Amino acid sequence: MDAILFLLFAAIAVACGINLVVQTHPISSALSLIGVMASLAVLYLLLGAEFMAAAQMIVYAGAIMVLFVFTIMLLNAGAEQRKGKSIIAKVLGVPALIAFLGLVSFLIQSLLPRSEEVKFGAFTGGTAQAIGKKLFTEYLLPFEVTSVLILVAILGAVVLARKEI
Amino acid sequence: MEFIIISLVKAAVVAAVLLTLAAYLVWIERKVLAHIQLRVGPYRVGPNGLLQPLADLIKLVTKEGVMPAQVNKFYYLLAPFLAVALALVSISVIPFGTQIEVFGIKTYMGLADVNIGLLVILAVSAVSVYAIALGGWASNNKYALLGGLRSAAQMISYELPMSLAIASPLLMANTLSLREVAESQAGFYFGFLPKWYIFQMPMPQVIAFAVFLIAGFAETNRVPFDLPEAENELVAGFHTEYSSTCFAAFFTAEYVNMVTISALATHLFLGGWNPIFPEPVAGLIPVLIFLAAAAALFFHGLNNVSTRPWDKYTFPVVGVVALGVAGIFALAFLPLPEPLSAIANALHPLFWFGVKVGAILFLFIWVRGTLPRFRFDQLMKFAWTFLFPVAIVQLLATALMVALVK
Repeated sequence: MDAILFLLFAAIAVACGINLVVQTHPISSALSLIGVMASLAVLYLLLGAEFMAAAQMIVYAGAIMVLFVFTIMLLNAGAEQRKGKSIIAKVLGVPALIAFLGLVSFLIQSLLPRSEEVKFGAFTGGTAQAIGKKLFTEYLLPFEVTSVLILVAILGAVVLARKEI
Repeated sequence: MEFIIISLVKAAVVAAVLLTLAAYLVWIERKVLAHIQLRVGPYRVGPNGLLQPLADLIKLVTKEGVMPAQVNKFYYLLAPFLAVALALVSISVIPFGTQIEVFGIKTYMGLADVNIGLLVILAVSAVSVYAIALGGWASNNKYALLGGLRSAAQMISYELPMSLAIASPLLMANTLSLREVAESQAGFYFGFLPKWYIFQMPMPQVIAFAVFLIAGFAETNRVPFDLPEAENELVAGFHTEYSSTCFAAFFTAEYVNMVTISALATHLFLGGWNPIFPEPVAGLIPVLIFLAAAAALFFHGLNNVSTRPWDKYTFPVVGVVALGVAGIFALAFLPLPEPLSAIANALHPLFWFGVKVGAILFLFIWVRGTLPRFRFDQLMKFAWTFLFPVAIVQLLATALMVALVK
């Protein structure tokens, strides 16, 4: 059951990812990205990281992508024009891409140490309580530094968007 | 296998009850609004207009679904589907009562008992913005686009105070599961004051409840925050171009969302299915209420003074039904064999949960009949400069009190 769900949602994630690149209209691309994020959330859930799954949906698929979609709608961006379709890119591009991806995956497999095999449902540290404990004890400094970074980013956005007084 | 069958049965029951409730909520809303404005409301279709939802449904389904020229067909049809699907998903994590045991099968009254139930609801409500924004954008209509954009901005803005208002009772409950939140509110102070989070020490959550309700009105696009469909500015907002079943889908989604928000408020602040009075008074209340209703219906049915002649027959019939319901609630006091007593005991939590949800739904309708609409800049200003700071201060105060006491 877990394996079937994993394959299904991994396939959906990959399909949405390909669709994101292929589509010409920005709204279609943005919605494909939401599809990728939603299926990633399901994959987190399968691994037992339920808090991560919910956070993925709320923060990425919800808040951040709404801003993307909002901007696209507000600017009323039309479909992009594709020009200069070169034949060389088609003929050489696809094999080169496959070769590149194969090389990268081979390097990752051979250079990085073999990690433990992932088993569905074996991981139990994904509850909100466990993550909260980790964040506020073991990873307190990175957590606080990240929050300062986000604050700086917000201040920068406000300064840039402010009207001249 | 057993789990799948139980889940399917529960899903069918919940979906049927919820959709019927949504349909009759429209009838109740029209009736209550009419009485607030000294009108009668729907009363021609069936006794007292009780068949009006059915008539509306037939009308909506049989109407021609018009597809405007040059719309993006896929997104145009995806939007209403997404709206109603997401609205139905979020009800699945809401429990309706305690654990029951019927014929040896233990099950919770609710579709799924999830330990991150609240986060699931927040996630679904975060995604349901797309349904409205997409519907407005795909309609190829400037009013629909403006309505969709307004709605997206409004829902993002009000999600913040809503999340903060949800967080403060969670600090006291120390769990994200809605069932455990409801169970943690059982009991009474001094023997009469219920330990609901709106009353519970160390920090009664009155302000958080108010913030949650206001944000809930905005999240469901209800008056006074129904800017996305402000008809004097935007025709009908994001669903201007929708007709027939697609319009019905948006309409259903709005009412189902109202039910979800009311159920969430009940669980977080009003004690879930815990009764307002201690036992054994709490057990008598539903019996007395339905007995009183039956008596009133019999009295008015037999001494008919209204101009509607069929009241003479419909009132006593409904009175008999009320009498039967009172009898079912009284069953909990009798010693009964196993399956019957379990059902009788499970009905009381369901009753209290239903009463609280109904009270908040009535508040939704009452406010619609009372308050005028905000202007859009006022709406945003209210969210960011008043509601958000209030929610933050209240959350910090709650955190402080919880830290001091525990």
